[in-house]
Amino acid sequence: MSQFFELLLSGMMLGCIYGLIAMGFVIVFKATNVVNFAHASIVMLGAFLVAKWHGSLGFVGAIAISAVVCAAAGALLDLVFIRPLRRRGAGIDALAIITIALNILLGTQLIRMVGNDLLPSGAPWGAKTTSLLGADIPQARLVAAIVAIALMGVFFLAFTRSDWGVAMRSAASDPEAAALMGIRLSRVAAGAWAVAGALAAIAGAFFVSFPAGGVSNATGLLALSAIPVAVLGGLDSTAGALVGGLLIGVAQQLTAGYQDNLAFLGRGLSNVVPYIVLFVVLLWRPSGLFGTREVTRV
Amino acid sequence: MSKRTVLWIAFVVLLLWIPLYAEGFWLQTGLFAMSAAIGAIGLTLLVGSTGQLSLATAFFVAIGAYGYCFLAGEKGGFGGAISAPDGLGWPPLLAAIAAVALAGLAGAAFSPIAGRLKGIYLGLASIGLVFIGQHILQNAQAVTGGFNGRDAPAFDLFGFHFADDHPSDLVVFGVPYGQLERLWYLGLLLVALSMWYARNLLRQRPGRALEAIRDSEIAAAVMGVSVPGYRAAAFTVSSAYAGLAGVFLALSFGRVVPESFGFLYSIDFLVMIVIGGLGSIGGAVVGAVIVSALPQVLLHYADRLPLVAPPGGGGLQPGDAARFLYGAAVVVVLIFASDGLAGLRRRVRLRNRKPEGSIA
Repeated sequence: MSQFFELLLSGMMLGCIYGLIAMGFVIVFKATNVVNFAHASIVMLGAFLVAKWHGSLGFVGAIAISAVVCAAAGALLDLVFIRPLRRRGAGIDALAIITIALNILLGTQLIRMVGNDLLPSGAPWGAKTTSLLGADIPQARLVAAIVAIALMGVFFLAFTRSDWGVAMRSAASDPEAAALMGIRLSRVAAGAWAVAGALAAIAGAFFVSFPAGGVSNATGLLALSAIPVAVLGGLDSTAGALVGGLLIGVAQQLTAGYQDNLAFLGRGLSNVVPYIVLFVVLLWRPSGLFGTREVTRV
Repeated sequence: MSKRTVLWIAFVVLLLWIPLYAEGFWLQTGLFAMSAAIGAIGLTLLVGSTGQLSLATAFFVAIGAYGYCFLAGEKGGFGGAISAPDGLGWPPLLAAIAAVALAGLAGAAFSPIAGRLKGIYLGLASIGLVFIGQHILQNAQAVTGGFNGRDAPAFDLFGFHFADDHPSDLVVFGVPYGQLERLWYLGLLLVALSMWYARNLLRQRPGRALEAIRDSEIAAAVMGVSVPGYRAAAFTVSSAYAGLAGVFLALSFGRVVPESFGFLYSIDFLVMIVIGGLGSIGGAVVGAVIVSALPQVLLHYADRLPLVAPPGGGGLQPGDAARFLYGAAVVVVLIFASDGLAGLRRRVRLRNRKPEGSIA
C-alpha cells in the first residue's frame, strides 16, 4: 500500500510537469488555432539553456533567462512563420504541418548541440529525497509540483482578471468580433506564443531534473508526451491540461512501479501508457475530457 | 505523337535501363524511394483528398513489412528447429497480398476511433499508434524478433526468385541481374499500379465523395455521402497502401528492425506529400523520391560537398543536413506555394499556354 501511495504521489508530481508543458500547448491552440509540434523542441531548448547556464547564473537565474529566450523564440516563430500562413487563411492542418517542420529544424539543431551527452539539469536538489506522508519523494519533483501549481494559479488569475486574459479569451471565442472591439489579434497571438515558450522553458528544466537523468538527445521526443496530455484534457481547455497531466503522470508511474507484475505486457510499457490512456478516453469522449465539443449548425 | 508522349516514353525507357548502368548503392536508394512512393500515394489520398491528417503511416508500414516476414517466414522458429522468429511458411505472393490486407484491416480496426474523432484530434491520436506499434515490435519477440528484427524471405513469383539465385545466372546485356536489379522492376510495376489505382479512385465516385468531405463535411452529408463510412474507407485504403510500401521495404532491405518504423518515419511521409503538393499523386511520388534519396545522395557525396562533413567527422552530418534541407523545404512550400511541386508545375504550364490559348 505504501508503494502504491508513493507511486501515486510521484505520479501526480510528474503530472504537474506534464500539465505545465501541455498548458503552453493549449494556450497556443486556444489563441491561434495552431497545434504546435515545435513546443516539444522549445521544451528541450529551455532545458538545454538551463543546463548550459546554471553554472554561471545559478539554477533560478538560468531558468529566468532561459524563459525569456524561449518566450522570444516562441513569439518569433509566430511572427515569422505562422503569421504569413494565418493571413492567407491556411487551415488547421497546414498550420500543424508547418510546426512539424519547425520542430524538425529546431530539434535537429538541438540534437546536434547535445550530441550523445547527458547534460545535468543543474537543479540544486540533486538526487535528494524528502519524506512526505510516509512516502519518499524526490525534492526536485516536489519543487516542480509547487512551481507548476503556483504558475497555473497565476495564469488562471491572469486569464480571468487581466486585460490580457480578456483579450485572449475574446480572441479565442470570436476573432472577428474581438478585432472589431479593437483587440489586436496578431499581438494576442504573439503574446500567447511567448507565454507558452516561457512555460515550456520552466517545465523543461524540471522535466529533465532528478529522477530523470538530464538533457539528452531524446528529450525532444519525450516532451511529445505533452500532446497526449493536451488531447486527453481537451485541446482548448487549460484545466484539462492539468487533469490530463495528472492522469497520465499517475498512469505512467504506476506502470513503471508495478512493471514486474505487468511483465507479460512487455518491457518499457510506461512509455506507451500515455497513448493507451489517450485512446480509451477518446473513445469515450471524442473531444477530450474538457474540450469544447464541435457543434455543427447548418 | 505529342511531345509529351515522347517525353514520357523516353522517361519510362530510362527507368527500365537504369539497372544496366547504376551501381548497387543507387539501385538500393531507388528501391527505398519506390517503397516510400507507394506509402506516400496512400497518405496523400487520406491527407490531401480527404483532408484527414494522419501521423500513423509508420505503424501501417510496419504491419505490412512484419506481416510479410511472418507469413512468408520459415515455420518452427523459437523453440522449434531454427532459432529465428516464427513464421507460417506461406508462399511469398500469398504472404505479400495477405500482409497488405492485414495492414488494411488494421486501418479498418482503427476506424471506430477514426470515425468518432474529428479533424486534428484524429491526427494527434494517430501518433499513439506509432508508439504502441514500437512497443509491440520490441516485445512480441516470437513474431517480430524484438530489437534485432528479423530477416525478410525473398520474393518469388511462379518460380522466379527475386534474389541472387533461381535462376542464378540471369544476365541481361552482359550485366548480371541479381536481387537489386530484379526488385527494381518489381518496384516500378508496383509504383505504376499504385498510381493507376489511386488515379482511378480519385476520378470516380469515391474520389468525389472524399473531396466533398474535405471541402465541407456538412455539405457532403447533405448530398448523401456517408461521412463516417467514407472516412473509414479512406483510412483503410491508405493503410493498405502503407502495407504494400512495407512489404516492398522489407524485400528491398532484406531485414526489418523496429527502429526503422518510428515517429520520425511517419513525419517523413508527411513531408513527402507536402513537398509534392497535397492531394497530387505524381507530387507524392516526386516528394517520396526527394525525401528518401536526399540523405543518401548527401552521404554519398559528403566528401565533395561544401558544408557537409563525412560521417563520423565533425561538422554537419549528411543525415542532419538532409533534415535541415527538407524541414526548410516544407516551410518554404507552405508559406510560398501551399500546393507544392504539383501546383508549381500547374502554374508553369498555365503560363506557357496562355499566349496560344488566349482569344485576342
